[in-house]
Amino acid sequence: MNLTKEQCFEQLLLGKSFKSESWLGPIRDKAGARAQALNFPTARQDDWRLTDLSPLFQYGFHPVDSYASVTLADIDSLLIPGSIRLVFVDGCYASPLSDLKQAGAGVTVSSLLDRYGDAQVEANFAQHALFDQDAFAALNTRFFEDGAFVHVAGGEAAAPIHILNVATKRDTSSAIYPRCLVVMAANSRATIIEDYAGLNDGINFSNAVTEVVLKDDAQLQHVRVQREEKSAFHIGHCSVIAARGSVYTSTALAFGARVSRHDLHVTLRGEGAEATLNGLALIGGRQIADTHTRIDHASPRCVSRQLHKCIADGSAHAIFSGKIMVREGASGTDSAQSSRNLLLSGKAHIDTQPQLEIFNDDVSCKHGATIGQIDADALFFLKSRGLTEERARNLLTHAFAAEIIDKIPVPSLVEALGRTILERMNGDHVGGVSR
Amino acid sequence: MINNGSKVLLEVKNLKAEVAGVEILKGVNLTVRAGEVHAIMGINGSGKSTFSKVLAGHPDYTVTGGSAMFEGKELFTLEPEERARAGLFLAFQYPVEIPGVSNSALLRLAYNTMQTERGLEELDPLEFDDLIQEKIKVVEMDPSFLGRSVNEGFSGGEKKRNEILQMAVLEPRLAILDETDSGLDIDALRIVANGVNSLLTPDNAVVMVTHYQRLLNYIVPDFVHVMDAGRIVRTGGKELALELEARGYDWLRAAA
Repeated sequence: MNLTKEQCFEQLLLGKSFKSESWLGPIRDKAGARAQALNFPTARQDDWRLTDLSPLFQYGFHPVDSYASVTLADIDSLLIPGSIRLVFVDGCYASPLSDLKQAGAGVTVSSLLDRYGDAQVEANFAQHALFDQDAFAALNTRFFEDGAFVHVAGGEAAAPIHILNVATKRDTSSAIYPRCLVVMAANSRATIIEDYAGLNDGINFSNAVTEVVLKDDAQLQHVRVQREEKSAFHIGHCSVIAARGSVYTSTALAFGARVSRHDLHVTLRGEGAEATLNGLALIGGRQIADTHTRIDHASPRCVSRQLHKCIADGSAHAIFSGKIMVREGASGTDSAQSSRNLLLSGKAHIDTQPQLEIFNDDVSCKHGATIGQIDADALFFLKSRGLTEERARNLLTHAFAAEIIDKIPVPSLVEALGRTILERMNGDHVGGVSR
Repeated sequence: MINNGSKVLLEVKNLKAEVAGVEILKGVNLTVRAGEVHAIMGINGSGKSTFSKVLAGHPDYTVTGGSAMFEGKELFTLEPEERARAGLFLAFQYPVEIPGVSNSALLRLAYNTMQTERGLEELDPLEFDDLIQEKIKVVEMDPSFLGRSVNEGFSGGEKKRNEILQMAVLEPRLAILDETDSGLDIDALRIVANGVNSLLTPDNAVVMVTHYQRLLNYIVPDFVHVMDAGRIVRTGGKELALELEARGYDWLRAAA
């Protein structure tokens, strides 16, 4: 298929209509109108200047009209043993694949559709991931079919909560709209893994929106794994609101998709809130992976730490743009950001843009960025111990990535992802010999 | 141990090499037989570290003349990893830190590479653990160092002990120790030297590159070579090192 950008957008607007709750219907209508008015972003918009979406525009993405039968065996390699699990197949909740046994008292883990009556859903849905300036968020809000809802009312969730989204379509290119709402009540604690994968090499477009609310002193470990098929497209937006004394930790990984984009907006809206953002993009071939983050220090004495890494091989293009905003009145802000990047080939390309916007004195904001290649001394050392050039490069690349992956607080996932990376590097994607 | 009937491991003839267009080695000759311990001494800038790096295949150095046969193979036609697999080992003067790669993982990877080269079975992590627990005794290393990233946060002495641990695991035919004694206190020096001595057999050989005689009190050489301005200018027995210690290098430089 070879569509124009306009035709591609028109096709997306031909999504399904839904019979919605009275509170939701008007939101969907408003989002649909807003999407139509905004259209796709252009290279003239600063936030999208470096992201080449043209591969996406070539395809017409259709609403999902039928659901593949997926078995547990099909997704076995993606499962996290011992987790509370919600599975969505092409945006639709798959109850037989899900496992909520361990959720326990005070922890709601459910399909969003089943909880439309929940006061927390109505109070928070589409209140944080705003769509007035974001066409993709608007499209999601208009056309999402179902989503995940997590509410931890207090205490600590007994197990990690795994929200697995799989894309299955092969014959028709489908537009899939994963959606996620997480509400952490005061003093609650949880680990959530948001996971995006494909089961075949279909050309699907996942356009995901996640909203996270942390009430006072809540703590969330939020892991995001984007391991879509190399043929897929992935655009994800996540908005986080952190109240007084809460602690938000994100570890976001981007391995897959032909073109991917992740926007993560964290607002520290309460004294002493803390955010730690760890990010990794590991890509090769013709992949494009773009991460845009914004940490908004809107209250005094909040702390933010960020470490983002990009590894690009082949003729891949990785982008990191990280904005730190310190609002008027946010005195005692303590922020540090580091962007570290590894170029594995002469044709790969990495852009990194740290941005500080400070409207306050009395703050500490450090930031730094480096771009380098595999260390020649380390490479020679490993070769002198008998390792081939390829093995040595893979080991050093893996080590560079491991600093981020090791921050995931779920050992079985750390191990599984480590294996995945080594396999990918031994293939033709990253660090392999065929470029 | 000198035994003129034993096998020649390394034969270097008229080796010339340069770095960044500057000639450093200007015709080095050296023959090392199995069972021998050699020391190459010399002032800073004499070319002795360059010699060890050239033999190991460091990419910054270009061989411009001469030859080196190692176990019947033309050394300079081999990649660094092929030289290692053929049984050549370089203990680095400045060991590299590799964050994110655990010491035990690297040792196992390197060991299994050698096993494959020798047509032997690879060891899984459990089997390798049994082996490595024995090997670390050679350098009196705390087992906790195995789980740490390679050389990251190690003291100077710990890094050098780690190099000798790698030597113990890889069991090379020829080990070149590049300034392994530099930066070591007397206890660390003793441990490193004991480790090297325990690894010596009639079938392998060691070439120590060093500035000071001190190391040679612990690892006693059969031959001492003095390098100056890119050539070996004097060869003698262990007593030559003592003479150097007493008289310095100047008398030899004048003689050369």
